[in-house]
Amino acid sequence: MLSIKDLRANVGDKEILKGLSLEVKAGEVHAIMGPNGSGKSTLGHVLAGRENYEATAGSVDFDGKNLLDMDIEERSREGLFLAFQYPVEIPGVSNMEFLKTAVDAVREHRGMEPIDSVQFMKLAREKCKAVNLDDQFLKRGVNEGFSGGEKKRNELMQMMLLEPKLCIMDETDSGLDIDALQVVAEGVNAMRSEDRAIVLVTHYQRLLDYIKPDFVHVLSGGKIIKSGDRSLALELEEKGYGWITKEVA
Amino acid sequence: MSQGEQAQIDNLLKNDYEAGFYTSVESDTLPPGLDEDVIRFISGKKGEPEWMLDWRLEAYRGWQEMTEPEWAHVRYPKVDFQALSYFSAPKSMADKPKSLDEVDPELLRTYEKLGIPLHEQEMLAGVAVDAVFDSVSVATTFRSKLKEAGVIFCSISEAVHEYPELVKKYLGSVVPRKDNFYAALNSAVFSDGSFVYIPKGVRCPMELSTYFRINEAKTGQFERTLIIADEGSYVSYLEGCTAPMRDENQLHAAVVELVALGDAQIKYSTVQNWYPGDKEGKGGIYNFVTKRGVCHDNAKISWTQVETGSAVTWKYPSVVLRGDNSVGEFYSVALTNNFQQADTGTKMIHMGKNTRSTIISKGISAGQSQNAYRGLVRMSQRAEGARNYTQCDSLLIGDRCGAHTFPYIESRNPSAVVEHEATTSKVSDDQLYLCQQRGLDAEKAVSLIVNGFCKEVFKELPMEFAVEAGKLLEVSLEGSVG
Ligand SMILES: Nc1ncnc2c1ncn2[C@@H]1O[C@H](COP(=O)(O)OP(=O)(O)OP(=O)(O)O)[C@@H](O)[C@H]1O
Ligand SMILES: [Mg+2]
Repeated sequence: MLSIKDLRANVGDKEILKGLSLEVKAGEVHAIMGPNGSGKSTLGHVLAGRENYEATAGSVDFDGKNLLDMDIEERSREGLFLAFQYPVEIPGVSNMEFLKTAVDAVREHRGMEPIDSVQFMKLAREKCKAVNLDDQFLKRGVNEGFSGGEKKRNELMQMMLLEPKLCIMDETDSGLDIDALQVVAEGVNAMRSEDRAIVLVTHYQRLLDYIKPDFVHVLSGGKIIKSGDRSLALELEEKGYGWITKEVA
Repeated sequence: MSQGEQAQIDNLLKNDYEAGFYTSVESDTLPPGLDEDVIRFISGKKGEPEWMLDWRLEAYRGWQEMTEPEWAHVRYPKVDFQALSYFSAPKSMADKPKSLDEVDPELLRTYEKLGIPLHEQEMLAGVAVDAVFDSVSVATTFRSKLKEAGVIFCSISEAVHEYPELVKKYLGSVVPRKDNFYAALNSAVFSDGSFVYIPKGVRCPMELSTYFRINEAKTGQFERTLIIADEGSYVSYLEGCTAPMRDENQLHAAVVELVALGDAQIKYSTVQNWYPGDKEGKGGIYNFVTKRGVCHDNAKISWTQVETGSAVTWKYPSVVLRGDNSVGEFYSVALTNNFQQADTGTKMIHMGKNTRSTIISKGISAGQSQNAYRGLVRMSQRAEGARNYTQCDSLLIGDRCGAHTFPYIESRNPSAVVEHEATTSKVSDDQLYLCQQRGLDAEKAVSLIVNGFCKEVFKELPMEFAVEAGKLLEVSLEGSVG
């Protein structure tokens, strides 16, 4: 589904990704771990197409298409979803309205009619329940005054509504209380499917107790420097990153 | 020169003029220029009674002694008032476009985006259509319903003939002839406009809309509106429509007067969407409007406006809270894009005891436009216990536009309370990114954010208007990002 080859990317004029390669197939769950500032969020933004995040070399193939050629919204409509590490607020725009507009944009892209408002309302309530957010959150402004944990659950709710092919979740587990972590994990597990891939960026192996990844990667200095299975996460938890960075050096 | 001689000369001149009068009747358009004879011509053309002509002439004389105001935060080349033509009859059927095929495609594209039905598009674009036409019958049922309720809704020219006592009593009672430069000009040369009278205790059974006023496809550049709500009555009035109107006139100087007698309520909603000029700032309409209402005891006047059009806007719908316990409201969305300039706001003049006013102003600037809010809240000595709340928010799109706020507060009564809040925010790149990552294109994203910003005002608009207003903002913001 996603094939990244030797990707180099600048943020502004600073090179952050320095020859990163990653293969993600449909049905798989990948976890990416790595020290602060190693480029994990940068990778997400480069894939999403954020302005100022510029790929300078390498290639990214998404479902047979050249991802780097597409506009931000096109990537989204093609099924790429990024759950933000720091979701921004849009005061005055209700969550409900925002979500419906987003869902309709994707539907339009697929040649479908806009979703019926009543039906959408029902669906949105259902998803709220799934991430344990009160209905009231649908009426509030997008992320407006949401707590850190609420914002993260709101990201997950959007993901559930949009049903993307590829989910990149940037530290969706950070800042969650223990119960919320479980709710989020259940939500993500419910989304696992044959034709969907999930990439989790996380600092905590604890999440991976709930969501069992097929692969674990270590991103450091703008590259994937080690890949393995779940046991790699346990090893990292125990020993930190020092030993790998040394190993690679 | 003796008096007799003078009269003789006058007479000669008059005859001369009358000769000119007849030739111009054929073309039905006056040559450019403004003098007393032009005013006589306009008045004569409408068959106005003597008192109306005198009223106009008095205004004209006042106007001659006034100068154009320059305090507004707008810049535009001086208008040459002698270069304008002050009367042109409605285009004949023969001159009108025969079908939509003959209409500017750019205009049609906008209609389409706004979702305006075909037959309405024809009406708006001034297409010559058959007399048997949907809206005619709509207007007829409309009229009979109003008649039943005793509501008068007609053109002001008609009112001058049919209801001279009401017109004499109230015309100029809220906006005096010499109130300001543009109001004086309007008083001298006003073309036409609406007249509304709601009898005592009557709740007007429907929203009155300029749109449905028959015979009056085009009211011209000097529109005059007078609305009188008698004691305990209620009326909601809609001015304009969201579709851009085709208009060749560059200067618009309208006057609107509202009179809310004891316990009456007037709700006045406007969507102003005149041609704003092109992307380079060429062309576009100058809109210099005077709108004011007077509230008697316990009366209420609400102004709601959505302003997206015109190259230059100068407009301050105001309320004089003369009676005790009266209420004034002003809800405004003013959007400027490209090179548009708007200087708009309100004046709340508290005279009565326990009078209250609310001002919610939302200014949106995009492109290289300039958007200013100018508001005056005056608490007079007598305004015991009066209160005002003002909220004034500006939203910037991009970094080449400007937003300015000029609040003036004058309080002569220590028990009066004036609250003022102001914010300025920007549509941030991060917000756009979030929206785009969720599949919205940049324009849709901006319009979503802007609509959210305007919500408090939109909810004051009549239902179907609110939906259209949202779409209108979207169209007006085209090209503001990306
Ligand atoms: N606009 C920018 N200009 C210059 N450097 C930037 C910019 N944005 C990010 N960086 C740098 O890029 C590097 C990678 O940042 P990134 O956010 O991808 O790290 P991360 O792996 O997600 O870290 P964390 O675990 O703390 O979230 C950091 O050193 C950061 O300071
Ligand atoms: Mg990060």
